Amino acid sequence: MAVKNFDRPTQMLVERAAALKIDTGVQRLEAQQPQCGFGQLGTCCRMCYMGPCRIDPFGEGATMGVCGATADTIVCRNLLREEVGGASSHVGHARHVVASFKKMLEGKAPYRIADREKLMEVASGLGIETDGRSDTEIALEVVEKAVEDVTRQDDGPMNWIRLRAPAKEMEMWRDLGILVSNAHNEIEEAMHRTSMGNDADPVNLLLACLRIGLVDGYAGLHMATDFQDIMFGTPEPRMIEANMGVLEKEKVNIAIHGHNPVLSEKILEWAVKLEDEAVREGARGINVVGVCCTGNELTMRHGVPMAAHNLQSEVILLTGAVDAMIVDMQCIWPSSTRIAECFDTRVITTESFVKIPGAVHVAFEPEHADEEAQRIVRLAIEGFKERKGKEVFIPAEKSVGLIGFSVEAIVKVLRKLNPEDPLKPLIDNIVDGNIYGAVGFAGCPSIKLRATEMTDRMAVELLRRNVLVVTTGCTAHICAQAGLMDSAATEKYCGEGLKAVLRALGEAAGLDVPLPPVWHMGSCVDNSRIASLLCALAGRLDVKISQLPVAGSAPELVQEKAVSIGTWLLALGLTVHIAPSPRILGSPVATKTLTEGLLNLTGGRAYVELDPVKAAEGLYDHITEKRKALGI
Amino acid sequence: MREVFVEIERCTACKSCEIACSVQHSKSKDLFTAILERPAPIRRVHVERALNFSFPVRCMHCLDAPCMAACPVGAMYRDQELGSVHVNKERCMGCWMCAMVCPFGAITADYVMKVARKCDFCRKRVKEGLLPACVEACPTGALRFGETEELVKSKRLSAAERAAKAVAVSMEPGEMTPLEMLRTMGGV
Repeated sequence: MAVKNFDRPTQMLVERAAALKIDTGVQRLEAQQPQCGFGQLGTCCRMCYMGPCRIDPFGEGATMGVCGATADTIVCRNLLREEVGGASSHVGHARHVVASFKKMLEGKAPYRIADREKLMEVASGLGIETDGRSDTEIALEVVEKAVEDVTRQDDGPMNWIRLRAPAKEMEMWRDLGILVSNAHNEIEEAMHRTSMGNDADPVNLLLACLRIGLVDGYAGLHMATDFQDIMFGTPEPRMIEANMGVLEKEKVNIAIHGHNPVLSEKILEWAVKLEDEAVREGARGINVVGVCCTGNELTMRHGVPMAAHNLQSEVILLTGAVDAMIVDMQCIWPSSTRIAECFDTRVITTESFVKIPGAVHVAFEPEHADEEAQRIVRLAIEGFKERKGKEVFIPAEKSVGLIGFSVEAIVKVLRKLNPEDPLKPLIDNIVDGNIYGAVGFAGCPSIKLRATEMTDRMAVELLRRNVLVVTTGCTAHICAQAGLMDSAATEKYCGEGLKAVLRALGEAAGLDVPLPPVWHMGSCVDNSRIASLLCALAGRLDVKISQLPVAGSAPELVQEKAVSIGTWLLALGLTVHIAPSPRILGSPVATKTLTEGLLNLTGGRAYVELDPVKAAEGLYDHITEKRKALGI
Repeated sequence: MREVFVEIERCTACKSCEIACSVQHSKSKDLFTAILERPAPIRRVHVERALNFSFPVRCMHCLDAPCMAACPVGAMYRDQELGSVHVNKERCMGCWMCAMVCPFGAITADYVMKVARKCDFCRKRVKEGLLPACVEACPTGALRFGETEELVKSKRLSAAERAAKAVAVSMEPGEMTPLEMLRTMGGV
């Protein structure tokens, strides 16, 4: 069986799987080749039972579905449904965190307010009276405001849009008629709109996509980040280790995979508290490692090692060294349990709506978080007992990185350079061209593009051209593993201008080395942090976000969530690079609108390019245009 | 000789073969570019419905091909290596006699380029050791490519297996005959 050529540790484990006759995504992708053309173009419609209908992209066969829907209608409806999948995930995530926070405030769940300053910032931003009131009273009102964003019926803009959106863009959205009021209503309407016999106007459907983009950005990403920071703390810079080499043979290895820190924070807490039990069973301790985005949450707040990105989430199990993989929601491959059963690994599901055959299910409720976290940690210790003494296969590779770049942390460093106007040093360096521009990477590792090292190669190409890279989610894992979050990468990859800036910032931060050239800003919900930074920069310069010399990129698109995040960025006016292409090419209207027409509406534009070098050049050219327009 | 066989009971009418055929006969050979090409590429396989089945109809590359006999200008010719039937575009005058006599409806009229269009057996791909595009694209194995004798043999084997299973199920336990004894030791 031909195997792909991944980075060494991934490749080693994929080959180990092949030797053990265990299938991984590599074989499963191979078995799916070639993939359906109608699906790739977005021209297959399954919305009703007169179908399924397909539009012949070559014009020889059917040009309409049974109901008369054209390729444009079908593609745009399908795209909107993808957006709903993505936005529902983020809104659901945020709602879970808000609900847990509320239970804590009511004294029903064992959590606390970790960042009071952030609570006050959010409260005053929401117009909540803080003087003379207790933290709990204030926090309960913040919760009310959050709940309003999924309950209100008055058509007023969502509270979190008013709290976090830039003023100019908010006006633009009002003019476009897409200023949304209630996330759940929007999701309902999008499903309604796309069911058989409703919206057939491709442009109207694309505007609905922008609405869902805003739902995702504000009732999903921003809301989740705000509550998580208040509940678990706002990240600060710290050194971490990354890659599968962070597993330790002699310790109980607990891999936490998924997205929601309400679970992973408790597991981490109890892994520390129950270390003695592990030692009694012959382990040298408990080693909690992070996979996917909950890994990002834990590393940003506690420096937990970043063990694996999403593509490696099944591969890491082939080490045989993971005693328990605890998952909550989103991006959990059903293959995990099939691989785990070949070893002593327990896969533990915790969410009532995320169950996998072959997994142990421990229903995790915030009210009983302590009891359930203990039970889970003990299941991991049991796994270790079974594994003890057996051969494991842990690739040696691990890299180091400086991570934890919340906006607050960035501003703190900048404040040392200019206490009154912290953004000024950043802006001065952008104007001078030392920082030529910035690109934010988000999203997943794609099994289709990982062999070409799409993300890492794009990053290196951008850094060489003095373009700063900020990242979240699994692209952050990729960059950390590639060593791009290590100070040494600044000297190795950056152009002279960027190198000088990062050296100066390193000094300001009290380090004797430069800051790394790729800034880890958090999990995928923390794309909100990138937006906050852009919002602050645009506000300080009194320009629209679309005028900034910046761009977004989902270099290895996998998840519907990346589609809805990307659409939010389009609504904000950003150029968004995507690879592979979203499923829109079957519709001339969708393709033209998203790649050109949108420029006249929001200033945003989708840009598809699968070659990492060309994509970096394309984004560089875009930044050059923006600089010219600003006269810098 | 190699042939494409269709297992009609496996066809799900997904039309993947049609798309792959169009892409294969485009200039770019890339789906996302091919859909924008003008004139649009023309496919040479058509999934047609019959009773409750669907069937990908394509040229059978007949050994005694009526299209070759009917062509008044000798535009239809045979590839000696593969045995497949092809159209010489320079000679074809667009009279569609070939289409008229083809028992399968496997030849279509290209009014833009004014030539007959038919399956070319993915001649270039096959000579490079690749599968014909339609066969490669079929997700269920309804289209199979191989040496004729092997394809036929595999049909014989599955027929034999079907018969053997039927007998094995209906056999009464009784006195062991020498033949049955042989069977328990690995077969007849």
